[in-house]
Amino acid sequence: MSHGSEWPLWEVFVRSKAGLDHKHCGSLHAADAAMAIQLARDVYTRRQEGTSVWVVRSDQITASDPGDKEMYFDPAADKVYRHPTFYVLPDAVDHM
Amino acid sequence: MYTQAMDTAPKDEREAIASVEQAELQRRFDQRIDAGEFIEAKDWMPDHYRKTLVRQISQHAHSEIVGMLPEGNWITRAPSLKRKAILLAKVQDEGGHGLYLYAAAETLGTSRDQMIEALHAGKAKYSSIFNYPTLTWADMGTIGWLVDGAAIMNQVPICRCSYAPYARAMIRICREESFHQRQGFESLLTMMREGTDAQRAMVQDAVDRWWWPSIMMFGPPDDKSPNSAQSMRWGIKRISNDELRQKFVDATVEQAKVLGVTLPDPELKWNDARGHWDFGAIDWDEFWRVVSGDGPCNRERLAARVAAWEEGAWVREAALAYASKRSVRPSGPGQGPGIDQRSAAAGATGSTPAVREAESS
Repeated sequence: MSHGSEWPLWEVFVRSKAGLDHKHCGSLHAADAAMAIQLARDVYTRRQEGTSVWVVRSDQITASDPGDKEMYFDPAADKVYRHPTFYVLPDAVDHM
Repeated sequence: MYTQAMDTAPKDEREAIASVEQAELQRRFDQRIDAGEFIEAKDWMPDHYRKTLVRQISQHAHSEIVGMLPEGNWITRAPSLKRKAILLAKVQDEGGHGLYLYAAAETLGTSRDQMIEALHAGKAKYSSIFNYPTLTWADMGTIGWLVDGAAIMNQVPICRCSYAPYARAMIRICREESFHQRQGFESLLTMMREGTDAQRAMVQDAVDRWWWPSIMMFGPPDDKSPNSAQSMRWGIKRISNDELRQKFVDATVEQAKVLGVTLPDPELKWNDARGHWDFGAIDWDEFWRVVSGDGPCNRERLAARVAAWEEGAWVREAALAYASKRSVRPSGPGQGPGIDQRSAAAGATGSTPAVREAESS
């Protein structure tokens, strides 16, 4: 059996209802985009989990390197002044 | 739905730690496990952890797919349209669960074809329960109640597995699984309460045949399960085989009373000191015989899977040929999403979803 004949892999994103973001929910193999959409409906939305589906070929996604996680994301940890809770206000106006 | 705790792993696959750098990676990995953190697909992990997961997740996936066969047997003979629709939905769920799990295993670097090849060559195991025949309609309800019940008991702790893609698949599966057990119990209850004597006898007969294989689903006893400790250490397994089995027996005895059936074990007795139900000895020879290929339906099940795969080969090839032919042409009518959707989808890639290497690389 040749491994070259496997259908390509697709990532599936589902919008659970109007007004919400599409969210990554899994992946599947399909020969082309139209088939991927159809299979995504059968595999990931059997119980009204979605109102819209996106599929994208997995090899078309570029991701950050987990090895760079600290370098990429940690520098934000000491910038607490970016959060509203950093600022102490009198009770009378603290709902601001 | 149908995992089975089977320690079929070779005794020790751990390799000598190659370098100081490896040792440091190992140390950080252990630290994350101890802290209860999740491991994602692209994170460093020890080889043995990866292999253990590939084996367990693929066995689990195979069990879902082979598990479609005994129930598929009754779809055309369901007693009413309602029961047929329910059974169809359940069998479709099992196919879906198999797909979630194959996808989770693929994140570890194995391919779908490799896994399927291993199953068809008899190298990969699947849950021994599916090597028993489904003789009557009452078997459908009993499988839902006992087999899915045991599977749920086994699977709920895996929702907290340290390997995140597996845990996520399990959460989805467990959410869908509860319908499987409830529909089974309800189907049996209908026969017991509203049925004829012959139907009640049919339910009892099905329970008699499925009880022992169901409690075998939790795998060998703890003292015969040498790899369990390592899986516990890694947070792949959370609760021991015997503990889960006891929990299942305790829950099921009460349900059997409601149903009005007896469980085929004369030694079943409440133990006040333990606060649990005692039960009789399990025939582990039977378990190992069925696991290793000599159950009532092993050959039939595997032959059905191989035939489905081989007879579908031309369809898979044709779909791929069609797709590649379409992709060299300028996009024709009805091809692909419109501009709007296309740009929206491109936006999604910036949000760094869990991504895998394309299998073509």
